[in-house]
Amino acid sequence: MLKDQDRIFTNIYGLHDWGLKGAMRRGLWDGTKGILENGRDWIIEQMKASGLRGRGGAGFPTGLKWSFMPKEIGERPHYLVVNADESEPGTCKDREILRHDPHHLVEGCLIAGFAVGAHTAFIYVRGEYIRERERLQAAIDQAYEAKLIGKNNKNSWDFDIVVHHGAGAYICGEETALLESLEGKKGQPRLKPPFPANVGLYGCPSTVNNVESIAVAPTILRRGGAWFSGLGKPNNTGTKLFGLSGHVERSCVVEEELGVPFRELVEKHAGGVRGGWDNLLAIIPGGASVPLLPASECEDLEMAFDSLKAKQSGLGTAAVLVMDKSTDVVKAIARISYFFKHESCGQCTPCREGTGWVWRVMERMARGEAQKSEIDTLFNVTKQVEGHTICALGDAAAWPIQGLIRHFRPEIERRIDEFTRNADPAEAPLVAVE
Amino acid sequence: MTVRRLNSEQPADFSLTPKNLEWAKGQIAKYPEGRQASAVIPVLWRAQEQFDGWLPEPAIRYVADLLGMPHIRVLEVATFYTMFQLAPVGNKAHIQICGTTPCMLCGSEKLIDICKKKIAPHAHEVSEDRNFSWEEVECLGSCSNAPMVQIWKDTYEDLTPEDFEKLLDDIAAGKEVVPGPANGRRFAAPLGGATTLTEIKDSTKGLDPLAHVVNGAAAASEVFAGASINGGEGGSPMNGGVGVKAPASKASAVPKKSDAAKKAAPAAEKPAKAVAKKDGPELLKAPRGGKADDLKKIKGLGPKMETSINELGIYHYDQIAGWGEAELAWIDDKLKIRARLEREDWPGQAKVLAAESEG
Repeated sequence: MLKDQDRIFTNIYGLHDWGLKGAMRRGLWDGTKGILENGRDWIIEQMKASGLRGRGGAGFPTGLKWSFMPKEIGERPHYLVVNADESEPGTCKDREILRHDPHHLVEGCLIAGFAVGAHTAFIYVRGEYIRERERLQAAIDQAYEAKLIGKNNKNSWDFDIVVHHGAGAYICGEETALLESLEGKKGQPRLKPPFPANVGLYGCPSTVNNVESIAVAPTILRRGGAWFSGLGKPNNTGTKLFGLSGHVERSCVVEEELGVPFRELVEKHAGGVRGGWDNLLAIIPGGASVPLLPASECEDLEMAFDSLKAKQSGLGTAAVLVMDKSTDVVKAIARISYFFKHESCGQCTPCREGTGWVWRVMERMARGEAQKSEIDTLFNVTKQVEGHTICALGDAAAWPIQGLIRHFRPEIERRIDEFTRNADPAEAPLVAVE
Repeated sequence: MTVRRLNSEQPADFSLTPKNLEWAKGQIAKYPEGRQASAVIPVLWRAQEQFDGWLPEPAIRYVADLLGMPHIRVLEVATFYTMFQLAPVGNKAHIQICGTTPCMLCGSEKLIDICKKKIAPHAHEVSEDRNFSWEEVECLGSCSNAPMVQIWKDTYEDLTPEDFEKLLDDIAAGKEVVPGPANGRRFAAPLGGATTLTEIKDSTKGLDPLAHVVNGAAAASEVFAGASINGGEGGSPMNGGVGVKAPASKASAVPKKSDAAKKAAPAAEKPAKAVAKKDGPELLKAPRGGKADDLKKIKGLGPKMETSINELGIYHYDQIAGWGEAELAWIDDKLKIRARLEREDWPGQAKVLAAESEG
């Protein structure tokens, strides 16, 4: 198990002072100037050496992303944009950083901003996180006051941080939709290319990173990329905040090494699956958009990007939703379908029409009111949505259904049989009269 | 996607209070020149808070004009983002229940049933006493604390049906409620104590969520929000923040106006000021020079209220401009308008108008 000394977020439960003094006592803002003096190339090299993969779900290497920004600052200013639009069901890790350990993020913004040549950072916090936004703003104000950021600050890199917020749209967690929203428009994703590194916010080169990716950067640079890459598994290095929710004894958010066995994670930190390990039905390992895994796959499951991908699922945001045997799994996935139907931005036809269609069929499947042949039709439709939309929301809506059909087809068929058997011909006319 | 339409009944007019307008200008200044459209969501949000928790059509036009955007673009934004309420919500509380899978597995359907029973049969319907409304929302990002609800700025987590019923009852009765986990655990730490971070050497203690009275969107907008958020003289978030009450005077005065301030004001303030000011502001038998100021220019003060105020002997802006605690208590005693008056900052507005009419 990861030792406390190797944990990056030392105050995620708000047990101590969240403010600047407390953060400094816990080692933040220490030698920040020295880090910047090592230069942009050194920082990017260290980030690459650390093997840090983006913590927002896709797992793209952060150091590599930073290196995509133009080397010289041209006529257009560079921007750093931090994605704090954490809205996927199951996911609630960035919230703990924002409200209890905000200085990780503030310091990270300065360092990342320096590395990508940006003098301004925008942090886009989801609309619902109002207290979290206030806390973050307060932390930024403290940093301004202490001259750690701002004009002519102690760290010799002029830097402003603006906290922006949304108003309840999951799609704004997609990086280009986030940029649209930040520009004051509907959050509808842009076509890529051009990528944000060339044409991003206000048409300027921009880097968009998840809160956690930015917030771990200062600690990585202080302790060295090698320290971070020594934790976890090859190509899945470092620590990660895991969120445990659903049918566990004691749900929580906890920082662990990547590659931690699922069983260890849930038994050590969350008191185990409700009703014991044998009562486990399935898990959704990385937020609502990744396919579920049945209990049989969970026995020796390692929580890392590659190991989960090998099982046709994904780590996503490492937000694990645990379902025990009392769960109506078809209904649970139908509710996820409704979520994606609700959150589709409406721009691409396959997603706008597909998510609604899929949800309506899923509702019938949950009752068993369907034909068995429709299961294949449903599967095919999700394949039609997947990969045929501008952003990944279409894929995200398709995967949970595919996962369900892959692993729980017998359960869906059982329901259909049951419904058909119970259909009472004597009652049917009465229903019709009504 | 969801179908979202504007309410069939709309007010005639909307404008931000001077204080909120100043705040909005501060927001606009945060973005690069010519990019003021970026401020559309924060400014619409503030407008919604000011207008008792929902966004009327005139507010959409107002914000568009303020930001130099076409009306249709702001309408698009207001209808796209689901946190903008397009119809009136409960006066005291609008309950947002997370209904997505993690919360559903932990029992959010029972919470929804309670809302249907206690508030209104359908979402977005205001209760009979106009004090409550509810809706099911898509993930509020507190999945480890499921099931949970959000009311204005705060989240109430780990709720059992009993906890939730009590929460609703307490809000209805004007009692203080505490945000955060209802089962006594520390935020997102496991129930019974953290399994990690036990070796961290730091003697400081984090803040706990503090109790407060829930009473409407406008009050929530002011309460606890710090100087950095409101750009005003409100309580500092340094003292509080996540569901924590800032002890600064203004912040604590607002939520308690219904009880503490009312009780305290007549007892403490009245005798002291009785001689000098006759229990309240300076009153006139008739307007000076026979001509009263147009008090309707104060936003939120309509023709009916103008008549009532005139009858009390108040005709001029400068009579309202300098109001403090004693006058506020006095006018509330007469007309019961203190909440609105403070929210819309009539004395502040009157001061500006008085200065304008002199100059």
